[in-house]
Amino acid sequence: MEPDKAKMAEHFINAIPHCKALNMRLTDIGAGKAEMELPYDSKIVGDPETGVLHGGAVSALMDTCCGAAAMCHPSSPSGTATIDLRIDYMRAATPGQNVRTKAECYHITRSVAFVRATAFDDDDSRPVATATGAFTVQRK
Amino acid sequence: MPRPRPEPVQVVKQRRDAALSALVHGVPYINFLGIEFERRGDELTAILPFDNKLIGNPLLPAIHGGVTAGFLETTAVIGLAWSGLWDDIESGQISMESLTEGHLPRLPKTIDFTVDYLRSGLPRDAYARARVNRSGRRYASVHVEAWQDQRDVLFAQATGHFLMPSKDD
Repeated sequence: MEPDKAKMAEHFINAIPHCKALNMRLTDIGAGKAEMELPYDSKIVGDPETGVLHGGAVSALMDTCCGAAAMCHPSSPSGTATIDLRIDYMRAATPGQNVRTKAECYHITRSVAFVRATAFDDDDSRPVATATGAFTVQRK
Repeated sequence: MPRPRPEPVQVVKQRRDAALSALVHGVPYINFLGIEFERRGDELTAILPFDNKLIGNPLLPAIHGGVTAGFLETTAVIGLAWSGLWDDIESGQISMESLTEGHLPRLPKTIDFTVDYLRSGLPRDAYARARVNRSGRRYASVHVEAWQDQRDVLFAQATGHFLMPSKDD
């Protein structure tokens, strides 16, 4: 990532208290696409017996990443809010591994941004989860 | 044959509350968000006390959509597990000892979860209740409603499908 973009990305995350609390990182952003990472942490485990992360933490990551993708679309809405988000859980994320997600705003109208995202752990060939969502478009 | 004398109310309440507490407090993520459950008979209400770390939009401010999703999913999973365990708790088949030692029943697994964001989550406490619409041997469908100050003014609702833990696990 270019230095100014990286700085903007860092600023974006640090401004959101919940993302900071989960130590999320925005690893790439631009033209309706965003990539984020959620470090593995025992405090956000959903199944204490296996150590698998809770779906809620994955939801927070995918929701933020989808919102970031909508906001950086070339038609550049000034802000966005989630209208609806569906997450499909394909498999449990491997305990101890970070979860990475890529989101793409594949269509935008004057009022709505349509976004989809896929999440992976260290295994790029088998997705952990996919998400589809609709986001509001706030004009400047 | 005379009907057996009902158990003293304290014994019944203690067993129900211990089962619920073990179910809820054994999950790190639920403790991270600070979610608690209140019980009236078998009815559960989930409570998400407001905390600054739950904020997703500092300008409004509003609760993070991911927090709302996590809160609703937790309410659905605990509600579903609770309704499945109720008979075993009532009959005393689930022993207090095994629960307090942390031998938790397996929780249902989320297949998919769809959240409908109706209005922004305000920086104050939130509440949620789950309704199990269908619970079969393998799959279940659960609906959840969440509100803040007024019970009839929902800020989010969700529907999810869940894979039930197999009985022989």
